[in-house]
Amino acid sequence: MAQVIYDHVTKRFDGVIAVNDLTLEVKDGEFLVLVGPSGCGKTTALRCLAGLEEVSSGDIIIGDRVVTHIPPKDRDIAMVFQNYALYPHMTVYENMAFGLKLRKMPKQEIDRRVKEVAEMLGIQDLLNRKPRQLSGGQRQRVALGRAIVREPQVFLMDEPLSNLDAKLRVQTRGELIKLQRRLGVTTIYVTHDQVEAMTMGHRIAVMNQGVLQQLDTPENLYDHPANLFVATFIGSPAMNIFPARVVTGEGAVRLVAGDVTLESPAEQRGRLAEYANREVLVGIRPEDLIVQPGQVGEDRHLRLPVEIVEPLGSETLVHLRGPVGTLIAKADPHVHFSPGELASVRVKIEHLHAFDPQTELALF
Amino acid sequence: MTTAPAGTVRQVMSFRLRDRVRHWLDSEPVLAYLFMSPGWLILLLFMSYPFFLGIWISLTDRTVGLPSGEFVGLRNYTELFRDRTFHLTVINTFIYGFVTVPFKLFLGLLLALLLNQAFPMRNVLRAALLLPWIVPTALSSLAWLMLYDAVLSPFSWLLKNWGLIESNIAFLGTRTNAIISLCIANIWRGTPFFAVAILAGLQAVPQELHEAAAIEGANRVQRFFAVTLPVIKGIVVITTLFSIIWTFADFQLVYVLTKGGPANSTHIFGTYAWQIGIGGAGKLGIGAAISLYMFPVLAVLSAILLRYVRSQEA
Repeated sequence: MAQVIYDHVTKRFDGVIAVNDLTLEVKDGEFLVLVGPSGCGKTTALRCLAGLEEVSSGDIIIGDRVVTHIPPKDRDIAMVFQNYALYPHMTVYENMAFGLKLRKMPKQEIDRRVKEVAEMLGIQDLLNRKPRQLSGGQRQRVALGRAIVREPQVFLMDEPLSNLDAKLRVQTRGELIKLQRRLGVTTIYVTHDQVEAMTMGHRIAVMNQGVLQQLDTPENLYDHPANLFVATFIGSPAMNIFPARVVTGEGAVRLVAGDVTLESPAEQRGRLAEYANREVLVGIRPEDLIVQPGQVGEDRHLRLPVEIVEPLGSETLVHLRGPVGTLIAKADPHVHFSPGELASVRVKIEHLHAFDPQTELALF
Repeated sequence: MTTAPAGTVRQVMSFRLRDRVRHWLDSEPVLAYLFMSPGWLILLLFMSYPFFLGIWISLTDRTVGLPSGEFVGLRNYTELFRDRTFHLTVINTFIYGFVTVPFKLFLGLLLALLLNQAFPMRNVLRAALLLPWIVPTALSSLAWLMLYDAVLSPFSWLLKNWGLIESNIAFLGTRTNAIISLCIANIWRGTPFFAVAILAGLQAVPQELHEAAAIEGANRVQRFFAVTLPVIKGIVVITTLFSIIWTFADFQLVYVLTKGGPANSTHIFGTYAWQIGIGGAGKLGIGAAISLYMFPVLAVLSAILLRYVRSQEA
């Protein structure tokens, strides 16, 4: 077990910067998720750690060893690939034993380890099968087992669940979390799926265009996104964003968007006042818009027309025609909304977010 | 009304016929045979007919120029047992067919592995590799004829210039030299086939498998045996069998380079059958018998090949 450090790591491919000055510390035993849209550099970052890509500059440290120029086999890591990369002509047993054989481990020890891990993963009955005789979920387990038997310092996982169907993915996600907590091996997990990121990681590193955007716990990432990208990337449906003008006067700070005026959250007045008479980007999560059908509620509630209603069973998404563009609100599934009608909307002011329109950094 | 006008009856019948044909064509087995029939026809006309005609001729004493011959049973076959040239022919064919293949396989594999690496101008080189295979053998054999020329051979010239030999090498002048020369030309011509086929197989090896093996601690050689070879094994087996079959049944290269000489010592089945049957003596019956001696070997090889292909499909 070991910590992992990316120290100002940059990776260029023919002039394209895939990973840009990444500095990141993964604690011993931590489950860290690298998440971001495709092409954000998360997989490249993982491959640099594995030694499958040579870094252009910077250093990678595993444990207390600088491994930047050490070949993959000497880094004491194990990787689970998206397509599992099982050797097609070997049985499950041989697949799992391959790495141990290369390390010249005694036969009995190999046998003991393979059987122990196979039992842990519930694949002990599949040991004599070839990969093509297995289902997707079983292959995934074998790939995982092959990594575990090696007892490496670090697990690297590159979208290991993305080839499974939705139901199996949720189930395997849970098993993977339990397994990691039980083995306590430092794990770096790459995914583009923000639900996977939120549910699995101790901490999440959000990447975009090769740059680390924010490294934080799932809760902090959701509640206190560092910038506009993280705010809109994490959360489904995405955070509502609209421009608003900051108006000060009469001892109050207000946000004005179209014909809607919102009071600033009390503790953020000072921060907002710096933007007096300028525009900021206001963010509000769908669950922080409390909607009710009709014109009920107090006067200070907004009255917005309903555009589309999406009943999802556990909740209903109501698309509202906002002052600037559409706002999406999460509503009680048992309340009925009709398109075209007005709805009464209360904004949870204390949960408002604001971003600088130029830097896109969060003001709060 | 008990009778219908004649015209209506005819119409009804023609409708029925059309319906029946349509129904018939809708049936999958009928359609399958229909679609296969052109292929069968070509096979029958150009393969089966000559093959069975060949068997018949081999049982007669037919000669070129005479309309037909007498049935002589297996005499042509038994006579060949006493023919020293035929003994040499059998030995030559086996040398030619089996000795060249390991070289072609090894060189082809090596070339394929090289061409599978990333380097500038790779595609140009890959295309160039195919040249020996694309150029008509009759033509490239002429080039080899020049290279092996007793007087003008550039090989001899080079070796003499470097002071390695005193006088020109008689590449095609003695049996041993000629057979080695034939084998080299055959290896040159056959290697690209192996290289291209294996290269195609190499490209089917998922990169992830190599990466997984590299992480698990396999070096290049171990990765070749653990990852690459199992994936390309099928292609290697099929290519090898094909190559043996083609080399066994070769004609052009030997015909152009040595015509079976010197002193009929480098014949293979194809060239000897031609010489006896058509070229010199015109003894069609014996010529046919010679080429039919190839049949059991080719049949066994083809059977192995087909079995292997089927086992891979299963």
